[in-house]
Order: sequence, then structure tokens, then C-alpha cells
Amino acid sequence: MSNVTLKVNGKNHTVDIDPATPLLYILRNDLDLQGPRFGCGLGQCGACTVIIDGVATRSCVTPTSNVKGEVTTLEGIATDGKLHPLQQAWIDEQVPACGFCQNGQIMTAKALLDKNPKPTDAEIRDGMARTLCRCMTYYRIQAAIKRVATGKGAA
Amino acid sequence: MTIQRRDFLKTSGMLIVSFSAAGIAEPLTARVVAQAAAGPYPDPDFRKLDSWIVIHENNTATFYVGKTDCGQGTGTAFRQMMADELDIAYDKTTCIMGSTDVTVDQGGSGGSDAIQVDGLPMRRVAAEARRVLLEMASTRFSTPVDQLTVSAAVITVKSDPSKKVTYGELIGGKRFNVALTGGNPDGATGVAKMKSVQDLHIVGQSPQRYDIPAKVDGSLKWAVDVKLPGMVHARNVKPPVAGAKLIRIDESSVRNLPGFVKVVTKGNYVAVVCEREEQAINASRQLKVDWEKPATSPFPASEDLFKYMRAATPTSGAAPAANPNLDAAFSGAAKVIEAEYDVPFQGHTAIGPAHATADPSNGQMTIYSNDMKSYGMRTGVATFLGMPPDKVRVVWMEGPQGYGRTAADDAGFEAAYIAKEIGRPVRMQWMRNEETAWDTKGPAFTFKMRGALDAQGNLAACDYNAQAADSNHLGYNEVNTVLISQLMGTRPARAAAGSAGSPSDMYVIPNRRNASQVVSMPLVWETPLRTGNLRDPNGPQITFAAESFIDELAAAAKADPLAFRMKLLTAATTDDAQFKRARSIAVVKAAAEAYGWDSRPSPRARGTGAILTGRGMAYTFRSQTVVAQIAEVEVNRQTGHVWVKRLVCAHDCGLVINPEGLRRTIENGMLHSLSRALHEEVQFDTEKVTSVDWVSHPTLTHMDAPARIDVVIVNGDPNPKRPDLPHYGAGETVCKPLLAAVANAIYDATGVRLRRIPFRDARVLAALKAAGV
Repeated sequence: MSNVTLKVNGKNHTVDIDPATPLLYILRNDLDLQGPRFGCGLGQCGACTVIIDGVATRSCVTPTSNVKGEVTTLEGIATDGKLHPLQQAWIDEQVPACGFCQNGQIMTAKALLDKNPKPTDAEIRDGMARTLCRCMTYYRIQAAIKRVATGKGAA
Repeated sequence: MTIQRRDFLKTSGMLIVSFSAAGIAEPLTARVVAQAAAGPYPDPDFRKLDSWIVIHENNTATFYVGKTDCGQGTGTAFRQMMADELDIAYDKTTCIMGSTDVTVDQGGSGGSDAIQVDGLPMRRVAAEARRVLLEMASTRFSTPVDQLTVSAAVITVKSDPSKKVTYGELIGGKRFNVALTGGNPDGATGVAKMKSVQDLHIVGQSPQRYDIPAKVDGSLKWAVDVKLPGMVHARNVKPPVAGAKLIRIDESSVRNLPGFVKVVTKGNYVAVVCEREEQAINASRQLKVDWEKPATSPFPASEDLFKYMRAATPTSGAAPAANPNLDAAFSGAAKVIEAEYDVPFQGHTAIGPAHATADPSNGQMTIYSNDMKSYGMRTGVATFLGMPPDKVRVVWMEGPQGYGRTAADDAGFEAAYIAKEIGRPVRMQWMRNEETAWDTKGPAFTFKMRGALDAQGNLAACDYNAQAADSNHLGYNEVNTVLISQLMGTRPARAAAGSAGSPSDMYVIPNRRNASQVVSMPLVWETPLRTGNLRDPNGPQITFAAESFIDELAAAAKADPLAFRMKLLTAATTDDAQFKRARSIAVVKAAAEAYGWDSRPSPRARGTGAILTGRGMAYTFRSQTVVAQIAEVEVNRQTGHVWVKRLVCAHDCGLVINPEGLRRTIENGMLHSLSRALHEEVQFDTEKVTSVDWVSHPTLTHMDAPARIDVVIVNGDPNPKRPDLPHYGAGETVCKPLLAAVANAIYDATGVRLRRIPFRDARVLAALKAAGV
């Protein structure tokens, strides 16, 4: 065990942990964040996605000791009490079914749009391809991303 | 023993239902703080109005229902139905669901009957509450009830609108003390009658689902998020080979690992407990366990599954007696068509693995769980642990999709067992390989179909034979069917009968025989191939075979597949199912119209490019809900890849509570079956399941999403004098026809008939090559 300092959602946290521990468990169990969730522990499904320095990152396979940049979780993307446009679009489109995977869907979509604000349909599919949903809400997720990309979700 | 809701609320600290400035109750908070209750936890009495509805002093209402919402928005629909009957604004209500100590036992979720069946007592008790409130106002104003009006929870004297009183003023903070009648929770009723459909105003609107905002901002506490003082983490160590016997555990292999608490074991069940989650994961991987392989293979390898099933001696069901009319129809047929279809085991493979947290405080047992059948778990765990039922409760919380997996909720039993063993709160979670390999499976099917066409291309006879690998079907959290119990050596007296079933259609076929049998794998217990209710337990398999075969018959008759079906639906008959048949005809027509169906036989003239396109349809019903679907596909003849570019669904479930919610349920249900059609197959060798993650058990992805989905909601009572069509419910029906619709579309595009699920690229390509496409 050793002290590790993480910057998460704008705040610094120091935790006494085994530094090899995947970031996911530290976020969930030590920092009490619950946006990122365990789905596979293999980096295959995306339910654990956080954004580190602009990159959508699978926290379940990221050793905490490897994290150098600031971590943003689902809890950290609203600003001044106003939902991120993607979160609002998720509500407007009534995207989630069970909702368990939607952390990964929203965070992956955010990283995608931050890099490419006007993706084509093919770029949306491609950018989201590795983020799985077992309620199969893909059709509405893509509609919600398009809503934001076309400016309809910015209100 | 039963208690009054309000007594319970007062004594337990459960009445922490917070209200925002808008006066909207927040039930999610209440669920999480429920841990304050010390127990015991007797059942709420379904014959007391106070068990169902609480009116607060600020003129809001909380509804308590014994259902769980697996992500279809049923909670929102319950609020709509109850608010409508009670005459209160939707946004002044909230709904508490599925926690065994505070909501009556309506069984949790299952069978897509939440609205159809369980919605009825909810409507009746809300109507009764309205009646009682009107009586109270009548007394207060010394005015007959028929001289009062009620709107948005305010009762007004018709002749003097200055005389008004709110529900909250009449009863807020007090009990109704009104007895209900009925033999069981779903029979609960008061004196009041439900409103007629014409008088329902909140029903039929589409308020947004109340649970979604907290699911997109990260604030919702899910069952996976429960943390309790002193809580430890547990992970299972599963047998490496199905049916293996535990010989020896070398605890020294983990004893000195950081955070180690205990190895918990009995029979063939093994779990490791540590202080921290990552420590438990590590220890479960480090623990040295010696296992003895079983003397014989637990099952054939998946590539030999269908051969095995066809040769297996059925364990239940039997072929119907010989039918001379059927035999005569076949011997006199102009053309006899035969086909065999195969559907492999398919997993639930929930996006989050099984999990639960159990708290053994105060000599009670509280389980925080996403179990869709929380009441079954309560009873099952009480039996398993030898505890009185009223010392066990299940607090239902949101979790990864149900669709039947949590009807055999292993993790809750495991957490409770370990918590009792070590006397501390325990959080159990399965790993991905464990969940994919060992969750419950949708049964594998083989079908043998035979059809007789007369000289005019009419279907004269149809002979359906199904065999389902479903002999150990689970589903209701029975104590001897959950995995931990079986690993510990407990067995039911005999395997569940399972079922194979028959096609659900309204076709008029002069001679028909439906035969279905169940077969068993060699290993019946402790098996990763145990079957469960996977979203309409056998409908997708049966409808794949039945509706593919109807298409094959249409092609043999050189008839348009839609016209061929319409002929079967409109043929003269004397049976008494005209109501459902008329609605079946209506949905088939509605789907065809929405799609722009071009009438012609399949297959179409094959294109010359790399991409071949085609369209196919399928139709079915479930209970009284009727559905027709059309799929349009693109098949890449160079890769075998199938993209379902467009889906159309016409859907009649009677009265629709929330049209937008229904649309989402239909879309997602169809795509779930699309995943089953294109990707999903549980694979295994002769020792173990080898599908262990998302690579070895692929699922639908964003790449597969159709470009367009059209949902046509048909409220198709053919009798205009009977507008009060009940709510038949929705959900699983749409999962049934989709596999056949896709197969029929692929046939239309390519002329190649795929009779084996799933249509993965390699299988499709091989079939295309074999046919010279």
C-alpha cells in the first residue's frame, strides 16, 4: 500500500492503496463515485469509462499508478448545475433502458464529440462501436448523439 | 403477522421520502436509507389500502407496488395508471417498488404482465382511495358525493366552488384504515370501480421516465453501489470443469494476502472474502483448489449439440397420437416441404454480472439486490438459511437488465450465506467469465417441420416437432435451484419439466400437429447450461422455426410471403379466436403499409453487386398482444455480413399507457432479438463453457444498429362498440418474430435459407458459397 494522489473532477484526492489496483475500484470504493461501473473487468464493454486528458479510458484495466492526468467521471461533466448537452439529450431521447451501461455510452460519446463535434453517422457508429449495451439502446444512443452534434441538444 | 404501512413507516425510519421544491417525491433516496430499519419485516397486508397508497400533507401521493422495473419504464406507467384513477397530477406522485418489507408481494417482474395483470389491482386500489376521499369530503361539506367534483387532488362542491379541500388536508399524515378484499395481491380490490378508458387522461400520455435523470448524471444509487459499515467483499471460485468435485482447498495459498478474511466453502461451493474488492478478486485467483473431474462428460461439445439433442430420449412431453387426417393430407399433397431448424443455447449475459450485498445485522438478513423477483428471493433465502421469513427482506434497487437472469439470482443467496457465516455485511459480485459461462441460458432448440401444399398452393397440413434442451429450467429463486444451493449438494426431487411449446399464430390450417418434447443434457445439476427465462423463454426459438417455415411454404407455393400469411389468417374457420385473428390481420396490414411492402414471391431477382438487399416479415402473438415485423437487410456476398438496415414493427397491446415508453421497449426488444439472430451462441467443449467474455460470446454493437426503425402502435379492437380494450401488456412479444423476419429477408435477398442461429458472417458466407451466390 502507498499513498497515491489523483485529480478527479477538479479535486485532488490522496488514497492509501496498492497502486497496481485498477482505477475503477479506487473511484468507486475510495472516492464514492458511482458513474463508472464494473461490466467486464477486461476493457471490452466500456461500462467503466472515464475521460483522462480528453481520452475515453477503460478504468477497469487502467492501473491507478499509470494515471497521470486529470480524471473526469460522469459526475463531473455537468457545469454549474447544468447537465452536459449529452446528458440532456439522453433525457430528451429517453435513451436508457436499465441504464447500467449508459455511463460508458455518454463518456465515450463526449470524448468523441470533443474531438469531432460534427461526426457523420458512420463516424458515430465507429466511435461508439466498442461500447456495449445489452438492453440494445443503440438506436436511441445514436439519435441522442446526433441531436447534440446538430445543435438540437444544446438548449 | 402483518402491520400497517404507516406504523411501519413511523417505527422504521423508512419515511425518509424527500421532496424537492417542486413537491416531487424522490423515492430513490428512500430505498437507500431503508437500511435504517431494524426488522423484523412482516409482509405488508395487501388487504389494507394503506399498504398501497400514502397521501402526504403536502397533497402528494406515494404508491407502493410489488413490482420491479427492469428498464421498460413500468414504474412510470404504474404512476400514470394510479394517478389517473386517484385523480392526482402525475408529477405529484411517486412509486416505491419491489422491496419485500414495504410493498405487497405482486411477484416482482416476469412474463411481461406488469401492466396487463398487476396494473389492475393498482388501478382498483387507487380508485378506492379516490372513493374514500370523496366520502370524507362529503361528510366535511355535508354534501352528497354526486354533488362533488375532483380534479388534481382537490375536491370541490359543484354548487359552491369556494368550498374545496385537498386530499392532503383530508388525510395527509393519517391512515385510510380501509379494508380491501381479494384472494391474493393481484385480486386486491375495494368497492370502487375503475374508470372507463374514455375517462383516463394521464394514461395514454408520455411523461418522461422518472428514473432516467439520475441514470445519466451519476446520482442514482444502484444495487452495486451499496456500502455498509464493516462491509467485506466476496468472490466465487467456480469449478474449472462442470460437475467437478471439490477435493481440497489450500488456504495457505491466500492466507497471507493483504485483506484476507476467510475462505467460505461447503460441498463444491467456494468463495473468498477480503476487506477490499480488488483484494477479493486477487485472492479468488490465487486460491489453490484441487478438483476431481466427473467420470463422464457433462455435455456434448457445442458443435455436436444438435446431433445429441435429436438422438436424446425425451424427458417430458410426447408426440401426439397418430392423426389419420394429417397422414392423409400429407399422402395426398401436391408438394411436401420439410425443413430442420436449430437454435443454440443463448445467454442472458447481463452487462453487469450478478451482485448483491447482504447485511446480517440485528439477527436479521437484509439483501440489497436488483433481483426482479425479490419476493421469491426473500422466501428462498429464508429457507436456505433456515431463518423465519419475516427476518429476511430484500431491498430492491436498480441493476443491469433483468430479462430473466435475476429470476435465478445466485449472488443474493451467496451474499446472504457468507454474511451469516462471518457476521459482517458482504458484497458479492461475479466476474465476467463467471457470468457469461455460468448464468442461466435460453434453452437450445431443434425443430423438424413438415408442410403439405395442395395443387393450388394452399397449405393443407403442417407438422411441427420441437425438442428443447430445457430439462432443468429455473426461474423463481427456488432454494434448490440457485447455483450455490446445488453446489452445496441440494437437489430438487426432480428436474423442472421445462417446456418446448408450440407456434403462436392465428393461421387457419386444415390439418395441424404440434409436438414438443424436452431433452436433458447428461449433467442436470451444478451445470452452467442450466436454463432460465430469457425474455420470452422459448418464443424467439419457436417463432424462428415457425415463421421461417411459413416463408418456405410461401416460396414453394410461389406466393408473396405476406399474401400467403393473409390467406391463412382470413380463411374460413369456426373457431372462437376471431377477436385475436382480426387484430392479427390488422397488425400485418399495418406493418406492410408502414414498410411499403411490394407484393412478390421471395426470393427476389438477385442483384449483381457485392451488397444484396431483401425484405422479410414475421408475425406472432403472446397472450393478447399481437405483433408483425418487417426486416430489410443488406447481405455482403463477399464477407457474409448481414446488416439489418430497417425494421418495422406493428404492435397491438390494447390500451397503451405510455406510447413513447412503449416505443422504446419495442425498439430495444427487437434489437435484443437481432443480437440473438446475428451473434449470440453459447459455446462449450465437453467439460466447460468456453464463452466467457464479449469476444467469445459476441453481442450486438453500435455497428449493427438499423438506420431506421418504424413502430406502428395499433390499438386495433375491430369492434367499434367495444372501445374499452384492456391493457394487454408489452415487452417480450416483440422478441419473438424478429429472428424469422431477418432469416426471411436474407432469403429474399440471396435465395439462401439459413436455418441455424446465429447468422454470423462466417456461417452466412459459407451458406452463400455453398449455394453459388
